[in-house]
Amino acid sequence: MNTKTTIPFGPQHPVLPEPLNLKLVMEDEKIVEAIPAIGYVHRGLEKLAEVKDFHQNVFLVERICGICSVQHAMAYVQGIESLMNIEIPDRAKYLRVIWAELHRIHSHLLWLGLFADAFGFEALFMQCWRDREKVMDIMEATSGARVVVSVNAVGGVKRDISSEHLAEIVKVCDQVNEDMKKMENAFLNDYTVRHRTVGVGRLTKDQAYSLGAVGPMARACGVAQDLRTMGYAAYGKLGFQMVVEQDGDCWARTAVRVKEVYECVRLIKTAIADLPAGDIAIPVKGNPNGEVVSRVEQPRGEVLYYIKGNGTKNLDRLRVRTPTFANIPTLLVMLPGSQLADVPVLLLTIDPCISCTER
Amino acid sequence: MFDFLGNVLKNVLSKPSTRMYPYEKREAMDKARGALGEIEINKCIFCGICASKCPALCIKVDKTERSWEFNRLKCIVCNVCVETCPVKCLHMDKAHLGPLLASEKSKYFGPPKQAPAAKASEN
Repeated sequence: MNTKTTIPFGPQHPVLPEPLNLKLVMEDEKIVEAIPAIGYVHRGLEKLAEVKDFHQNVFLVERICGICSVQHAMAYVQGIESLMNIEIPDRAKYLRVIWAELHRIHSHLLWLGLFADAFGFEALFMQCWRDREKVMDIMEATSGARVVVSVNAVGGVKRDISSEHLAEIVKVCDQVNEDMKKMENAFLNDYTVRHRTVGVGRLTKDQAYSLGAVGPMARACGVAQDLRTMGYAAYGKLGFQMVVEQDGDCWARTAVRVKEVYECVRLIKTAIADLPAGDIAIPVKGNPNGEVVSRVEQPRGEVLYYIKGNGTKNLDRLRVRTPTFANIPTLLVMLPGSQLADVPVLLLTIDPCISCTER
Repeated sequence: MFDFLGNVLKNVLSKPSTRMYPYEKREAMDKARGALGEIEINKCIFCGICASKCPALCIKVDKTERSWEFNRLKCIVCNVCVETCPVKCLHMDKAHLGPLLASEKSKYFGPPKQAPAAKASEN
């Protein structure tokens, strides 16, 4: 008998921290079609951005997403700064990189933990999150908050990092680096884990490119795209090296994120070693006028901000395209043909951030 | 294969990584933005800069009434009011807010304005 059944996956599901609904059309245990539905956490944030002034919007865009708030704010302030022709001090650029990379470490550790949880490796999940806690603590010590650190402002950064805190960041980074080496072995070489990841959800380089995949999704398929190579903020001076894998399966996506943690640690340590002295912000006068597209590499991939100013303190339009939105189409190619039991693992490898996507 | 064995032994012999949260609280960091502290209303000049800069619109200032009103549950603890206050009458507490049973607005009234005559004599 060849009957098709439709199974709803989400919006409430143990592996999903956020509401994403996938209608899975099944033939026995095999998926033949996946239909995504989003819209459960839409907050009308882009409209709200039009009534707040452009300084207040920094706080608004930071709250689009909890796990990439620094990068959201960075994309926004860099856009406004280029509209107003503001050149921020060098120290501010380096400090932005330090916070952004700390954020990337905590986001990747969070994802690695959730991923371990998705294939049922609870102990590994706890190890990841224990390390993540050290990063969260150092963020609170340096910026005043664990998640929405609120350090970016138009014209620079709001807080400086003292030399004691810089030393502490280096210490935390070294610890994370050391622990990550142990965890890397479990994620990439463990026999059981490899059974769940190797060859699952394979995507070719051409597919990833034509579907518009971004971030670790694209880099795991051999598409060498990372906006940090463009050298925004201080990335150009830190010798950033992109992590690229060729396999295009769940294993490769895990490998990209694991190796990016090492790269983040290296970037932070280089930035701290080279940190120039000087001001951390310059005063801002006037209002933004004109249009700009600002792009930044988030932990999940490229985020795109379109900003249109009209010469007043309010913006005409703020449009955000987040990496998860770009990565959802890859699911529609990866899911058909796979087994129902693999869906949680597959779905998590795009690192879905639904509140980002819906804003 | 036995990478975590050392870790297991270490965990057996050391204190737990977690805290018994509601009973045992971690001390907030020095720079932490916990909650907006109580306003020093005697210093306030009711200029209204905090109210106009606040992204969450949780502060209301009335110059004629000489009042400063704050809705704590709307506050997003962004620190903008503290940074922009010209007379530094606001400050941030490092401990975050505990659970509340009801939403309450706190309204503060400043001391009555000095008589214009007294001001004139100063000049």
